Formats: sequence, structure tokens, C-alpha cells
Amino acid sequence: MSAETLYPLHNGIGNMVRSLFPESAFIINPIIGLISLVVLVSSLAAVLILLERKVAGHMQLRHGPMRVGYHGILQPLADGVKLIFKEIMQPKGADTFIFYLAPVLPLTATFLVMTIMPFDHHLQLADPSGGVLYIIGVSGLSVLGILLGGWASNNKLSLLGAMRSGAQMISFEVSLALIMLLIVMLSGSASLRGIVLSQQGLIFDWWIFKFPFLGILSFFMYLIASTAELNRTPFDLAEAESELSAGYHTEYSGMGFAMFFFAEFVNMFVSAGLATTLFLGGFHPPLIGISIIDGLLNLLPGFVWFFGKTFFIVFVYMWFRWTFPRVRIDQLMSLEWKMLLPLNLLLLTLGAVFMMLGWAG
Amino acid sequence: MTTQSAEKYRLDGDTLPEGFRLPVSDNEDADEFFVNIGPQHPSTHGVLRIVVRLSGETVVEAVPHLGYIHRGIEKMAENQTYIQNIHLTDRLDYLSAFFNNLCFCMAVEQAMEIGVPERGEYIRVMICELQRLQSHLLWWGVMGMDLGAFTPFLYGFREREMITDIFEEMSGGRLTVNFFRPGGSAFDATENFIPRIKKFIKAMYKSLDEYNTLLSGNVIFLERTRGVGILTREEVLAYGCSGAVLRGSDVCYDVRKNDPYSIYDQFDFDIPTKTEGDSLARYQIKMEEMAQSLRILEQAVKKFPEGPYRSQPKAIYKLPKGSYYSQVETPRGILGTYIVSDGGTKPYRVKYRSPNFSNLSALNHAAQGLKLADLVTIMSSMDFVIPDMDK
Repeated sequence: MSAETLYPLHNGIGNMVRSLFPESAFIINPIIGLISLVVLVSSLAAVLILLERKVAGHMQLRHGPMRVGYHGILQPLADGVKLIFKEIMQPKGADTFIFYLAPVLPLTATFLVMTIMPFDHHLQLADPSGGVLYIIGVSGLSVLGILLGGWASNNKLSLLGAMRSGAQMISFEVSLALIMLLIVMLSGSASLRGIVLSQQGLIFDWWIFKFPFLGILSFFMYLIASTAELNRTPFDLAEAESELSAGYHTEYSGMGFAMFFFAEFVNMFVSAGLATTLFLGGFHPPLIGISIIDGLLNLLPGFVWFFGKTFFIVFVYMWFRWTFPRVRIDQLMSLEWKMLLPLNLLLLTLGAVFMMLGWAG
Repeated sequence: MTTQSAEKYRLDGDTLPEGFRLPVSDNEDADEFFVNIGPQHPSTHGVLRIVVRLSGETVVEAVPHLGYIHRGIEKMAENQTYIQNIHLTDRLDYLSAFFNNLCFCMAVEQAMEIGVPERGEYIRVMICELQRLQSHLLWWGVMGMDLGAFTPFLYGFREREMITDIFEEMSGGRLTVNFFRPGGSAFDATENFIPRIKKFIKAMYKSLDEYNTLLSGNVIFLERTRGVGILTREEVLAYGCSGAVLRGSDVCYDVRKNDPYSIYDQFDFDIPTKTEGDSLARYQIKMEEMAQSLRILEQAVKKFPEGPYRSQPKAIYKLPKGSYYSQVETPRGILGTYIVSDGGTKPYRVKYRSPNFSNLSALNHAAQGLKLADLVTIMSSMDFVIPDMDK
């Protein structure tokens, strides 16, 4: 049975709106979707910030935030209040318009990518058939935000940080795009939902295992490239606080700074979500072919599996961050252009050969 | 975009900022600019300002500017008695306060011909080795932090806290201790002293393995430090470097072995040396030094004698006319104290030969042609504690 007949596209709220307001359903439906996405993004950022501090705390033999609420659960709220009331300072000689525009861009990019994230069978705001291309295109906005922020700050360390991160993010974007292309090629679909549905079945039908031997390799390459794309340790050269004070956001205070970080944290979720979508079967449960266990696994709804897998990858990103030292800019560049990129091209070729032989897909 | 420093430094002319020696680049396209590292910078632990001349992200020249933490300790010494001077030495290098105390006391002992009872010497050696470990633990954490790994910093503090607690119990101070006196120390060892050290040694051996797992073998760490900031044997000697910087470049000189003071000649320990002269060599030497300090402590704990901890103290020291020099091996290298006495109760002149100052002079040479991030690595591997550069 094909995936489309198994999971026909319909959703309860949408159907209700369509039946109650047949004339204006095309406006109401997107508005409801957007509002729920805004709520999701803002609550995700709070959860991720608390999670990062808790993970860091436990890895560093300390508690992390404990005072505000039970186990510091209200800490993100307290942080938010603090950041809102902080004065926004602008350095002398800074380019005012760009300085205030810059923090908005990464957040926008993150939000735009979230719109096509397939959380469950019917939990996806839009499913363009060129979803992967859309992601690659839109995520460039966050590079722009960082570059402009560093440029407009009138601070040499900020500029250095911005230039570094511009070079870094654009370089690793190439690798990321190639890995996504590999998955698009294997699954025969560039829509994210299509990619998830192509992995339907047992756990061995996920692309990480289904693409023989090389799936795991490309999954790890995705992890490396996306960590670099996220500007997180060991690739946090843009904000390398021991070399550049804090890089591109040195001069930002209050909400300007908060928005950069907001974007970074939600971006981490987006990257992890993409890893889940591309390699780990998206919202499919990890079925293993034994009917009793599979029945139990199937009881949980798809979005639980999606969030579970995604938060596991998020934890892996945090694990990297709190154990690894930072690489140097030239080492980072040679990693991308001399190792990841050639390896990716090889993988793409091998993928094509495997498909011709009928080993994959 | 205009930057103020470009106007200040008049880069279009032939004028370079103070301290820079390489000529202005002939190349019209040369994209050189100046960046301040410090005084408020995270990697300049303490208050060091380094003006870096960068071409892109490559260090052309790095010029340290001193004077940001200057407190006139050598001048103040001339107005205080010898005993009062001991507390000033604490402030020289706050991570080796006991060594500084000891060095000053040794110069006075040499002048007054005072001996130290055996128990007093054991207290000195054990406290000093604990201090070396304490200092190295902080250095290890900071080195990780400078390379972007924040976790080692907190791991290092876990064991460091145990040592600091011992110091607190012994002297009342955690950082500036004012503990040693000519002829011994201010107080006797407490009854907790030996059990606490035993407990610490046990914990520390385990932790050293953990540290090596966390940082020493990490591939990124090795890539960042191997071959970075190479100083040859001739260079370190020419710059007057000491400590791990010297021994990392294949010069085996340690005051404890080559010019033994206190009772170091009674202990069995090794002086690690490396031939590479890079940041990794300096790192590995310091890690090995921690293990060697533990060896010394183990031996001292076994033989810790009873008896007086201080020879007959004298209320006011009047040093005979003349000049006196003593030196000790601090965690960062050779600390020397030079006292000129005119026969009074206060020194006529005091001069400290501080290890960090000499080590800092090699920084420019080590960092030239490397990346900005390497400058930070080199600074960490040389383990600067700023206040004694700039007394």
C-alpha cells in the first residue's frame, strides 16, 4: 500500500474551518497555522535555552539554574524579562539601520524553515515540492544577518567574527546542500514530507541504514556540517570569545543580542529536525519487525517520535559544545574544502551507482 | 566605515604605533590593521594589553603594552620592613604566593644566616608543591577555555578547591597567604594537614587521567597546539625564558634540581623535557609536572617529621650591608629576589626577577606569522599570570 493511501492528507481544524467559513477559509487557515508556529518557535527557544544550561550544568559538575521555579524552570522567563529591560546600546559610528536590521534576519530565516518542517502526518504548515531547495535558499538569510551585524557594529573584532562566519557558513552550506541532494536523489522527492514517507517501514528503511554503509557516513557528515552551519562549538569561530571577545555580536545588548541567540537556538532545533527528517525517518516510529513491540511503538503519535529524535540530536549538539575545544579558521576551511566536499561528491556518485544497481531506494 | 584607531595610528603615513619594529609593508594591497587584545579581553587573564598587527587574520607583530596593573611593589618594598615585605610578595603572582614568600624569606635567611628546622622545610616543600598543582590546575582549565572548551575550567576547579581549602586551614588565606617567615613558617602544620593531602593525592591521580581523557588526547586540541608557537633552544635561552617554556624547548633547567634549595635534593622526582618547543610540548610538560609534584608529595607525606617548625624567630631583622639573591622554581619559571641592604631594618632596594616577564618577551617571536587564534593558544601555553610582569 502506498504511503499516500495509508496517510491521506486531511486535518481536523482545517476541515472545520473550511466547513464553517467556506468563503474565507484560505485566509483563516494560514493565520491559525502561523500563530501556532509562532507559539511553537517561542516556546522552543525557551525550552532549548533551559536545556542547554541544564546539560552544560550536568556536564560541568554543577547544577545550572536552580533558583527561579522548580529546578530553574522559570529561568528563561527571568532571562527574557532581563533582556527586554536592558538598554540597547549602539556604538559610535555604527550604521544605524543595518545595526538594527541585522538581528531580525537570522530569526526570520529560522522561522521560514520551520514552516515546512514535517512534525507529523498532518502537522506541517506547507509542503512545497521543492522543500529542500527552499531550505537551502532561505537559510542564507541568517548568514546575511550575521555579516551585516558584524559590519555595522564599527568594531574590528566584530567584523573579523562576521567575516569568518560568513566564510564558514557559506562553505558548509555547500556540503549541507550536497548531503540533502543525496537524500533527494535516493528518495526521489524534494518535498520534506515525501522524504519522510520514503523512509516508511522498519528502522532499516531509514536512510541512515537503508543506504548501505554510506548512510551512517553521510549522517555523521551532516552532523559535522550542520554544527558548523549553526556556529556552535567546535566551529563557533564567529563568536570565539577567547579570540574575538564575542565576535559579531560583541556590540549588541538587550533584545538585539537575544534575537541572535534566539535564532541560534531555534536553528539548532531546525538542524536537528532536518537530520531527523532526512536520515532518521522523521515522524515514523523505529519499528523492528516484531509485531508486539511494533504495536506498542505505533501507539505513540508521530510528533512524539519526531520531537524525541530531534531532541536527541539537539542533545548531541550540546554534547559537542561542552566537551570540544574550538578549531582554527584555516583548519575549519580545509576540513570543508579538502575533506567534506570531495567526500560528498564521491558519496553522490556512489549513491547514483547504488541506485542503478538497485541497492538503495 | 571609519575606525577611530586608523586615524589615531595614521596608517597611511610611515608612522607605526609605539613598539612595532617591522617596517610598514611595501605592498599597496597589504591589508594590515591593529587590534587590541586586552586589557579587558577574556584571554588576558589579569590585565595585559597586547596590540596585534594583523594582516587579515595573520599576526604580523604582537606588542605587549605594560603598565595596566602597575602597583609599584618594588618601590613600596623600600618603605617597609623585611617582615612587612613578605605580604607584598603575595601580590606579585597570586597563583604562586607561597613561592614568592619563600623566595623573599630565603634571601633574608641567607643574609641573616638563619637555618630552618626539618619540619619547617617539609612544610615548605609540601605547601609549595601543592601550590604548583593548584596553579597548574587553573592553568589547565584556562588553557581549555582559551581553546574554546569551557568544561575543563570547572573540572580543574574541583581539585583546586581541595588545595585551596588546605591553604585556608594552614594560613587563613586562600590566594594571598603571607605564610612563610625567615626560619620557617608563621604557623605549624595543623593536624588535618597530612590526612587532607593524602586524600587529595588519591583524588588527584584519578583526576589526572580524567583530564587527559577530556582534553589531552582530543584531536582538535592536538591540531590546535601541535607545531604552534615553536621556540627553539637558542631562542628560549636568548629571551631568558624559564619554566615549561624553557623545558619545552629541550633545555633541562629546573631550580629544584640544578640549584637545589630547601630540601628538594632529598626527593626523587624527574624534570620532564620535550624537544618540540611548541604549545603541545609546553602543555605536556605541565601535565607531567603535576604528576611529579604528586610524587614529591607522596614521599613527603611518608617522612613528615615531628619537631619545631620554625627556628628561633627574631622580632626585627636588620640585614648586614650587602646584596643577596635567592631563586625558586615557581609554576611558571624562575623567580629571583635581589635585595640590597644598607644595614637598616628596611631594604635599600628590592628587585624581583619574574618568570612571566621574560616569557612574555618571547610571545611576539612565537606568534609571528600564525593566526590570531594561535596567539591565544601560545599565551595560554606559556601560562601568564600578569601581576608579576608589571610590578
